[in-house]
Amino acid sequence: MNGFSFWAIWLRNGRVWKKNILATLIGNLGQPLLFLLAMGYGLGRDMAEVEGLPYLQFIAPGLVASAVMYSAALETTYGSYTRLTVQKTYEAILMTPLGVVDLILGEIVWGASKGLLAGVIMLAALPLFGVVPSPWVVALLPVLFVSGMFFSACGLIMTSLAKNYDFFNYFTSLVITPLFLFSGIFFPVQTMAPPVRGILEILPLTPIVSLSRILCYGRFGEPILMKIVGSLLATGCAVWLAGYLLRRRLIQ
Amino acid sequence: MREEQGIGYSGAMIQATFQQEPAPVFPASQSVVSVTGLTKRFGERLVVDNISFDIQRGQCVGFLGPNGAGKTTCINMLLGLVEKSAGEIRIFGLEAPRFHREIKARIGVVPQADSLDPDLSVEENLRTYAGYFRIPRRLARTRVEELLHFFALHNRRDEIIEHLSGGQRRRLLLARALINEPQLLILDEPTIGLDPQARYLIWERLAILQAQGTTMLLTSHYLEEVSRLSQQVLILDHGQVVVQGEPQQLITDMVGVEVFEVDGTPAELDALEASFTQCHATLERVGDKLYVYAREDCSRLVKVLGEARNWLRRPANLEDLFIQLTGRSLRET
Repeated sequence: MNGFSFWAIWLRNGRVWKKNILATLIGNLGQPLLFLLAMGYGLGRDMAEVEGLPYLQFIAPGLVASAVMYSAALETTYGSYTRLTVQKTYEAILMTPLGVVDLILGEIVWGASKGLLAGVIMLAALPLFGVVPSPWVVALLPVLFVSGMFFSACGLIMTSLAKNYDFFNYFTSLVITPLFLFSGIFFPVQTMAPPVRGILEILPLTPIVSLSRILCYGRFGEPILMKIVGSLLATGCAVWLAGYLLRRRLIQ
Repeated sequence: MREEQGIGYSGAMIQATFQQEPAPVFPASQSVVSVTGLTKRFGERLVVDNISFDIQRGQCVGFLGPNGAGKTTCINMLLGLVEKSAGEIRIFGLEAPRFHREIKARIGVVPQADSLDPDLSVEENLRTYAGYFRIPRRLARTRVEELLHFFALHNRRDEIIEHLSGGQRRRLLLARALINEPQLLILDEPTIGLDPQARYLIWERLAILQAQGTTMLLTSHYLEEVSRLSQQVLILDHGQVVVQGEPQQLITDMVGVEVFEVDGTPAELDALEASFTQCHATLERVGDKLYVYAREDCSRLVKVLGEARNWLRRPANLEDLFIQLTGRSLRET
């Protein structure tokens, strides 16, 4: 690794992304926006407030976090796996002065950037649903980026273990979808029975959803330091593991 | 698809621009590549077994061997894509893998498998690759332009990779390998699967690069290609160096001067074998064919052969040497 060498890989991915900009945006944003519409508007109209928020407002910040997760995780699974196997892009890159560390950082930072972009677009779309974020939302952006790094790294871990595309079904069905449903986006985790609550609170998306809600509305009711430190640690571990596994796969 | 060749490229432009920068700084006598005792084990399997060789500056070394002989593993160890189990590698005098970043900045690689970026156009492929070498944008633009012309790809600059012919892809791979003006070019089967026209065009370009002093390591199963381009060959088999030297010298020393290939029934060939003892030659029977590797001028045998049904007399070549050293049986890995 040599400073910002990984940037060349980020630029390569950006160059490709520019060509298919519309397809990737719709792919990443379609789902969270539809959920916001169906659950928030359709279901939420007749529901009581949750934690003092109308249901649509309650779920909106969590859906922003989920947009980041989906976008980042899909980029470093299907996208990265294609570059690793079919296209031999990594092989070509490793014949240049760039090394495995540059490659991993480039892919993860790229995935996180795409995730952040998806989150930002979701946030920008919220006023259309009558949700106006507080100025604190600016502080949410680095949180979303770190979360993007975490899920990119998780995707890359899957990629370095995958034998074919079907392998990613395990990841989406057993990891991503449960996180989407049980990380406190759609119901408050705090009011669950203690053992269940404990489990849900250590899911990696849960602190991000809470932070998202806190910073979106500037309502600092609960401690945030632990959530930030925990997310950073988890991200560090995931990046390290992705690096270890991908190196093992690339260098015999 | 028609290959655009014979564009009338003189070599002058690329020569002028490719030599702007001062020559690499290392003593003339020093080897560009120096490998000692290189060994690779995959578990129990010994793939590369204590190999040593040197590549001198400006030389093209042909790296030959049947499938599974260890050629690609060896190249991948030079590039750091495979970790060596033992031995020492020095490239440009720098120890690998410790200085891989510095080393790879000065190497160009044409891989056997097409690794062009299908998401990008011809020109974008070159520009992106220049980015991996941190070549400044403006310089990269000039080099991309030169390389597109040098490899007759300038009319296809915006084409997506999928629409290129096999020959055009190979030329683009070669152009990509030259983006950093490498002092060492590693060519792994550079003309595999190409028609003769496309191959000649690549050989011609490689000859120009060689004339400019680029050091090359070439692997190929087309032994004619190797004879054409290499001053030195190194034949590997079962992970070991079987022979190493100047190709014509090796052929003369180990195979002979010329070869007679004779068809006939076993009885006819038996009879011929007896009469061939009057000439200094090695004989080999393969099915209904007799090969006579003559160590001296055996013109007097022509009279004897006149009676055989079908025969051919030709100079001994690299293929004879290769077969003699590595056998005729198929290698499947």
